[in-house]
Amino acid sequence: MMREGLDQQVFVIAAYAFGVLATLALAGWSWLAMRAAEKRRDEVRRK
Amino acid sequence: MHGFANPKRFLEIARWLTPTLLISGLIITAAALGWGYFMVPPDRLMGDTVRILFLHVPSAWLGMGGWSAIAISSLMFLVWRHPLAGLAARGAAVPGLVFTVICLVTGSIWGRPTWGTWWVWDGRLTSMLVLMFLYIGYIALAQAVSRDGGSSRIPAIYGLVGAINIPIINRSVVWWQSLHQPPSITMGKSAIDNEFLIPLLIAVAGFSLLFGGVVLARMRALLAEIQTESRLRRKALGAQAEGAA
Repeated sequence: MMREGLDQQVFVIAAYAFGVLATLALAGWSWLAMRAAEKRRDEVRRK
Repeated sequence: MHGFANPKRFLEIARWLTPTLLISGLIITAAALGWGYFMVPPDRLMGDTVRILFLHVPSAWLGMGGWSAIAISSLMFLVWRHPLAGLAARGAAVPGLVFTVICLVTGSIWGRPTWGTWWVWDGRLTSMLVLMFLYIGYIALAQAVSRDGGSSRIPAIYGLVGAINIPIINRSVVWWQSLHQPPSITMGKSAIDNEFLIPLLIAVAGFSLLFGGVVLARMRALLAEIQTESRLRRKALGAQAEGAA
């Protein structure tokens, strides 16, 4: 299946870097956005 | 099922379930990816690039699973009018889009050294790209409806119609000539060796838990935004009524 003498590790590392960073960004963003939205709701309720 | 559709009951469960799913998902995913990267031997044909499949396969599964969740939740919303079903559909959209993009990008990176090309317009790749655009359309439509006060049924109908693409993606490698390999795992059968299959299934489980945690977090954020807005609206109406009196 290999057609050229490309360094496979470069492709593996690139795929892992993209996949892991995107997954961590998604988890982190969704958690922080949820905390911020719930904090705002609680502040509005207290006022 | 209907008991969980109560927002108060949902929040009671989601408060402990969200971090549980996120943390367990992160740990299991990290373990599976570490296993796939460091311990699985190179494949006879694919060499080291086989390791990319520990990311590519779970993200493909979750890209399609995300839209299936949108379609089922949309159907529940249209039939039973549960507001939480509408929130579940909206909550699955962003993680579904992210995993579809991860699937497309990691597949493209895998294709370059294996097929000799970054991209081909074959059935599987093209239908997956269509899924990405369906997600973008759904997110834009749901945001527009939420902001401008349109009917929530519009994104729900869009979610149901878009589900036509899921069996097309699934069967594309059977229906059309494709560079993409045919299904390796079918009901009760697997063409994959256990040395590779076990970490792959663990990666699918880990990413799925993570996906569940993200969907719950998105639902909680959307619910809090709706509750904030309705509280502010009630206050503004109260202030107007006092001013008029």
